[in-house]
Amino acid sequence: MTGHEFIELLANPTFWIAVLRIATPLILGTLGVLLCERAGVLNLGIEGIMVAGAFTGWLAVYGGAPLWLGVVVAAGTGGLLGLLHAFLTVGLALSQHVSGLGITMLATALSYYGYRVSFPKVATPPTITPFAEMDWLGLPILAQQTPLTLLALLLVPLIAYMLYRTPLGLAVRMVGENPQAAEGQGVPVVAVRTGAIVAGSALMGVAGAFLTLSAFNAFFFNMVNGRGWICVALVVFASWRPGKALLGALLFAFFDALQLRLQQSGGALLPYQMYLMLPYVLSIVALILVARKASYPQALMKPYRKGER
Amino acid sequence: MRLEKRSQSSTLALALAPVGAVIFTLIVCSLLVLWAGAPVGQAYALLLKGGFGSVFALSETLTRAIPLMLTGLAATVAFKARLFNIGAEGQLYVGALAAVAVGGLHDGTGWALPPALLFVLMMLAAALAGALLLLGPALMKARLGVDEVVTTLLLNFIVLLFVSMMLDGPMKDPLAMGWPQSVALLDDLTLGKLIAQTRVHTGLLWGGALAVGLWALMKFTVLGFNIRAVGANARAAAFAGVPVTRTVVLVAMLSGALAGLAGAIEVAGRTGYLTLDMSPGYGYTGIVIAMLAGLHPLGAVAASIFVAGVLVGADSMSRVIGVPTYIADVIVAASLISVLVATLLTQYRARWK
Amino acid sequence: MTTTVLKLANISKRFGTLLANDDISLQLQAGEVLALLGENGAGKSTLVSILFGHYTADSGHIEAFGHALPPGDPKAALAAGIGMVHQHFTLADNLSVLDNVMMGSEALWQPFTRRREARAKLLAVAKQFGLGVDPGAKIGGLSVGERQRVEILKALYRGARILILDEPTAVLTPQESEALFDVLEQMVKQGLSIIFISHKLGEVLRVSHRVAVLRGGKLVAEAAAKDTTQGQLAQWMVGHAISAPQRRPAPNVGVSVCELHAVSTAHGRDRLNKASLALHAGEIVAIAGVSGNGQAALAELLCGMRHATEGRVQFMGQPMPNDPAQLTAMGIARIPEDRHAVGLIGDLPVWENAVSERLCSPVFSRYSWVRRRAARDYAERVIKAFDVRGSGAASPARSLSGGNMQKLILGRALLHPGHDDGTTTHTVPRLIIAHQPTWGLDIGAVEYVQGQLIAARDAGAAVLLISDDLDEVLTLGDRVAVMHAGHLGTARPALDWSREAIGLAMAGVAAEHDDQHGVRTHPARTLDEALPA
Repeated sequence: MTGHEFIELLANPTFWIAVLRIATPLILGTLGVLLCERAGVLNLGIEGIMVAGAFTGWLAVYGGAPLWLGVVVAAGTGGLLGLLHAFLTVGLALSQHVSGLGITMLATALSYYGYRVSFPKVATPPTITPFAEMDWLGLPILAQQTPLTLLALLLVPLIAYMLYRTPLGLAVRMVGENPQAAEGQGVPVVAVRTGAIVAGSALMGVAGAFLTLSAFNAFFFNMVNGRGWICVALVVFASWRPGKALLGALLFAFFDALQLRLQQSGGALLPYQMYLMLPYVLSIVALILVARKASYPQALMKPYRKGER
Repeated sequence: MRLEKRSQSSTLALALAPVGAVIFTLIVCSLLVLWAGAPVGQAYALLLKGGFGSVFALSETLTRAIPLMLTGLAATVAFKARLFNIGAEGQLYVGALAAVAVGGLHDGTGWALPPALLFVLMMLAAALAGALLLLGPALMKARLGVDEVVTTLLLNFIVLLFVSMMLDGPMKDPLAMGWPQSVALLDDLTLGKLIAQTRVHTGLLWGGALAVGLWALMKFTVLGFNIRAVGANARAAAFAGVPVTRTVVLVAMLSGALAGLAGAIEVAGRTGYLTLDMSPGYGYTGIVIAMLAGLHPLGAVAASIFVAGVLVGADSMSRVIGVPTYIADVIVAASLISVLVATLLTQYRARWK
Repeated sequence: MTTTVLKLANISKRFGTLLANDDISLQLQAGEVLALLGENGAGKSTLVSILFGHYTADSGHIEAFGHALPPGDPKAALAAGIGMVHQHFTLADNLSVLDNVMMGSEALWQPFTRRREARAKLLAVAKQFGLGVDPGAKIGGLSVGERQRVEILKALYRGARILILDEPTAVLTPQESEALFDVLEQMVKQGLSIIFISHKLGEVLRVSHRVAVLRGGKLVAEAAAKDTTQGQLAQWMVGHAISAPQRRPAPNVGVSVCELHAVSTAHGRDRLNKASLALHAGEIVAIAGVSGNGQAALAELLCGMRHATEGRVQFMGQPMPNDPAQLTAMGIARIPEDRHAVGLIGDLPVWENAVSERLCSPVFSRYSWVRRRAARDYAERVIKAFDVRGSGAASPARSLSGGNMQKLILGRALLHPGHDDGTTTHTVPRLIIAHQPTWGLDIGAVEYVQGQLIAARDAGAAVLLISDDLDEVLTLGDRVAVMHAGHLGTARPALDWSREAIGLAMAGVAAEHDDQHGVRTHPARTLDEALPA
């Protein structure tokens, strides 16, 4: 791609439409991880929760539910799996790494099992009518998105406001920094952490539902394909701030969209796999770039047991 | 609910915890079997029979257990040192790739080396490839504080794409009619059969020997102490003079090498060539095996046979009464979570207020 | 006529076999400072934890301002007007003073937060009691004294009428402590009641109206402060009359073993700044100072856990290596500050912990294989020689009590394992680095540890003792030096120091470390100066 073609590409609104579409599940997932980690809990369940959200949301709509009810179902599925993660990591103070991986394996296996039980013998995946673009919005680029993208964008300031301008947000940040201090001031640590994990996991579920209800119209195996892990990396990159999380997701989506264009532009010099690797390589690079100055929530991954120091 | 620490946890309880957890899991999963419209008793009976009920079933289970044993050991040694290596899947594939590169990429000439030497080189290459793949994340963790979980997970995807690139390119088998499949290993390099007329190969002996070796290493050597010390309390280990970074790097090499060998042994013992679907997540399942075994190397042998039995048994049950094979993955994942809880209950007592 | 604001009736609490509180009844009057005196492990912390709802008592009940307090509920204690200032601060370093103070004061579901009002209220409370703070400052950037002020403000902000202070002076200089006492006086004048927990006799008599003494979980005595003496309190506290510890001069001070020449360590919160020191055989050099002034850097440097960025560290005339295993092999015994997190590996058995420092020596391993028999024999010897009580060499180290952990650490450091040919010549370490070796131990264990250090000195070891406890420094140290802000003062004979002089040096007032870069004479900010006029 020449410099001229590159500038042409940047001037082309369809490119930016793609960027925003690719960014949407990342924004939702990253916000979900951010909520959990701000409260002091790593949630590696995200990959599986996205699969489960994608599946249940889609299944509900396939079964006749309105699209928005599908989104609610996906959020509920995520919330339920989050509750399990909270029980294991907050209630029982088990290893957050292992619990999260266990949730990912369980949620993925359950979704695939559920899909096969519901559709034992289908050759092509059954489809639904996904969310339509918001032509009524009348705004460039955004009008070509579905309402879930709008939701994701609105959630960024909303969560930022919640974290920094409400007592609840202060409680979430405090239990992620020093749960003993929070408990001493009468904040129910277990409840706040559980709530944050459930809410964050619900967002992960919606991130999954975006894939089946907006981006595509069917459920495939391996459709999440590491997006959850990328969100976990993005949160570190974003220093646990919602605004930076949005920026990170957009930056990431920009490169992803770019590699897709490069792949399709015919004159691709490299094997297509090299382009597909880019998102994962970028995530690792992002982690390395911020590694030195990353200031993790101080109680992240430290289990809290009342009365134990 | 509150948890109170028990002053002593009995060895019997520790040994029974995984068994109880698995039974609990099977009870919960029977609901899923009912959802699929199959009779629970028959389904589990078929699963058991398909996994362990005949010489053929057992041979299939043992065949499946071989890569699981090795990835389980890879997770065991890494987790013991608190190096969360979730990248065994990728390490397995680069191991297989390296094995094919050494054992098949020379137009059948074998570089005119004696087969025994070539075999050793092949295994060494696989171990080295796996070790080097984990070295990066381990160094990034030690030097920069980058969480190894995310980096190893992301590397799995990168490796799979790399393998796919190799299978499209330099390693492509020209006779496979466009199917993404690597050139085959030299016949001399494949592992012998352990039982005639079955697929069980001598890789099982490799797995068992490596498990015993790892157990001895952990229990009787200075390195074993260092690994356990770093995992239990890295600061105190450093104070006592344990070279923490060097230990973590060695653990990474060891863990990656074991996973790499899993790939090579799978190619040399079962498939003979490399495909993109060679491993249905053996790397990830290895973590479950390590946890089921309570991070004990010998326990990993038993756990891998159990998990392999569930996977093989579910395949055969599915063919008979149509319960989707994914039930096996559900059972394995749910077992992981139940075992975590059960082990906790051997150390703590739950008190309901 | 006084009013009773707090009533504890028949409080008992058992942890396993340990009866931490045994039928304790206490009352607190309005406008009173009640000192709760007792040894470490006497049950003071358990009692206040029950009072504040961190623990639930097995029996007994609590009344605050005439109303029963529900057990096990910190929220109820807060609502009843009880505030707690912990010994280890419970503040979030990354959040601001205002965040930390207003945390939990608003309903969680309130959709907005009233920061401006909260800020005004915080400043008003601060002014009322003379506790100056910057509401916007991050906790991470505050000094220890300032953090304590934030802790006190947290309680006052929530309208506490009863304030519990757990060992509040442990981290303060004598001068900062005085300022704290003035603040307490202010509070009492305004009608607040205070429970002051301490094991320091002098300050208990200085600050309180009434003293309650706990020993072994029981309330053994109660007296008005004006009617009792330090000697009487001490006797109640330990159960028998104690004689003032006798100083024994070093019998034979020998050659210089270890020397620091203008050593600095990397920047950080705790660092060394051009420190110089010489440690001689047969002598204890004690370092005094408020913790966090570079002691940790000094200890870690000499334990091989930290690098010097400039200057030279010499051991026996050679540059000192920076590797713990080598240091141990060269005869340097190390006792770290934190037994649990640094000294021992709790999940590993006692015997592995006993040999962990020397595992690479030929006595305990050959060709990388551990000589388990030799290791276990040595562990048994340590257990026996140093009276480590627990459930044996095979049990995990974390099952030991604090005192026995310290004996294990001391034992492995002091008891030479002999040689791999089986000979066991008794070898005394050349140098002992002891960082807070008696912190948190009961009096028996304290005496034991101190006795071992003196015995090692008499046998010819050079000892560096770093301690927050001024009494320990003055009784054990043959020479004493004071650390402040990374500067290490000159080590002078213990008898040349007065308590006041040490206190001033700890606060950084004495300008005795005049190196060529000029005299650092900035006095530490004391609470007095921070008070608004």
